[in-house]
Amino acid sequence: MATSYQGNDFFDSSSEFTDNIEKRESLGKVFEILFLIGLLIGLFILALLVFDIGQDGLSRFLTPGFLTETPSRFPDEGGIRPAIIGSILLAIIVMLVAVPIGVGAALYLEEYAPKAWWTAIIEINISNLAGVPSIVYGLLGLGVFNYLLGFGPALISGALTLSLLSLPVIIVTSREAIRAVPDSLRHASYGLGVTKWQTIYHHVIPYAIPGILTGVIISVSRAVGDAACLLVVGAVSFLTFNPGLFQRFMALPIQIFSYLSRPEPGFANSSAATIIVMMLLILVLNGIAIYVRQRFSINR
Amino acid sequence: MSAINNQNGFQEDSRRSLDKKPSEDITEKIIAAILFCCGLVSVLTTFGIVIIIFQVTFEFFQEVPLSDFFLDTKWTPLFAERHFGIWPLISGTFLTTITAMAVAIPLGLSSAIYLSEYAQPKVAAILRPAVELLAGIPTVVYGYFALLFVTPFLRNFLPLEIFNAMSAGLMMGVMITPTVGSISLDAIQAVPNSLREGAYALGITKLESIFKVLLPAALSGITASIILGISRAVGETMTVVIAAGQQPKLTVNLMESVETMTAYMAQISGGDSPRGSLNFKTLYAVGAVLFLLTLALNIVSYWVSHRFKEKYD
Repeated sequence: MATSYQGNDFFDSSSEFTDNIEKRESLGKVFEILFLIGLLIGLFILALLVFDIGQDGLSRFLTPGFLTETPSRFPDEGGIRPAIIGSILLAIIVMLVAVPIGVGAALYLEEYAPKAWWTAIIEINISNLAGVPSIVYGLLGLGVFNYLLGFGPALISGALTLSLLSLPVIIVTSREAIRAVPDSLRHASYGLGVTKWQTIYHHVIPYAIPGILTGVIISVSRAVGDAACLLVVGAVSFLTFNPGLFQRFMALPIQIFSYLSRPEPGFANSSAATIIVMMLLILVLNGIAIYVRQRFSINR
Repeated sequence: MSAINNQNGFQEDSRRSLDKKPSEDITEKIIAAILFCCGLVSVLTTFGIVIIIFQVTFEFFQEVPLSDFFLDTKWTPLFAERHFGIWPLISGTFLTTITAMAVAIPLGLSSAIYLSEYAQPKVAAILRPAVELLAGIPTVVYGYFALLFVTPFLRNFLPLEIFNAMSAGLMMGVMITPTVGSISLDAIQAVPNSLREGAYALGITKLESIFKVLLPAALSGITASIILGISRAVGETMTVVIAAGQQPKLTVNLMESVETMTAYMAQISGGDSPRGSLNFKTLYAVGAVLFLLTLALNIVSYWVSHRFKEKYD
């Protein structure tokens, strides 16, 4: 209830203090609901998106040959095999290239790097690289891999560009995982007289593996879904053969984009069906990484 | 603190109790060197980006004067009558970015506040990754949804063009919500409990403590998250190239088709611009503007979050 100070001569009764607590608490309830709605809108759109794509793409996805044939100029015919193979190859190369370099860089920064002005620069540099837009990486890839190294608009150029794009995320998450390894583990190892690298290889890395794999999952999933830098490097929108390392190439997001840019209505369904394939591929990659992560956790 | 110089010339800081001197063993030295090279790749990447972009951009400005680029108000590099005014692309970028932030800031902040202050820990443990799924969805998918779901839906109420800044911006906002939300959440959770308790001791309500104590205390982290979100929106490509169209014009009308810097880059690289042609060089000139803009935003965001980080102590 409102508290009043009516007995006090110093207070004018028109300006008496009221704490108004009920009104304030009910305003609090209103905002709690508003915050919850703000949180749920994102999830609602996510559900809507999944539903819409399922509705548009499922029947086309189930068309015989959609996964195994090459693209056709007609909306309801042909498939997306070159794009699937392209995306899988890209993901494999990104894992082979970006993961060792990224984990290596993280190990260097956490275990070897002294505190000096130039290591601070490397750290700031990595956090800045994480914010460079994908399409700008495309310009880098075009310059270095297509022209300087002479690969041309080939799958290897796209894969190496995606690897550079993935590096900052892998480095940052791996560093966090390595930093979380307790010092007592290193002390115990050093106490037995082993060298620095033996300690890292036999104790630090196995301990940090689950965290490192989390970073790998995130970054490879991003690489599989990224299209902007591949457009610049020279991915094509129509391919009738399976891409090889040094050939022109397609990837699933490029296939989606190319279907979307055609006017005939049927291509929208093919686009949705390709999205389903891409999301499944990302889920499979996540699944593999989670499986590996759990195996390592148990065997430790 | 004394620093020890070992034979590699690296300075070892004795504050790090775990710094073991690399052994004399040659394998150990080789491994240290290999790991150092891995760290170097990120530096080389930055140098590569800067050198390649600015080299071609320099060539571009030898053909097109700076005044044309920054003072002309038309962008028609592919037409017979060529104009190279960057402003239509910048206005398109900002139009979609502002729309995106109008979605991402309220949604991101309310997610962060709800997860930090209201949700039960068990519920938050489920809801947080669920919201973060939004960041993991490839951006072509948002483009698809903007073009084939959001635009047709909004056209029931508004006279939108088929390609328009509004749908692209709205979906980009949903995409960026987890970026704003996650970093803001960390910032809000970093506010010490003593501040919350002090606020309650003064007799204010939970909502008042959020607006008058927590959010001001977490302001640096929240600001950093918003700037980072803007940077993501400026650099985002696939959603805008699919849903916002490819018509560079100086407009503030969300219902019209616009072209962003990234959409122009995607358009020109999808075509066949031979290396060394002026079209090819415009790709790099626009890329340079985009790079500098996002770099500036990222540096400001990094600076804001680190500058004010330890003010509770």
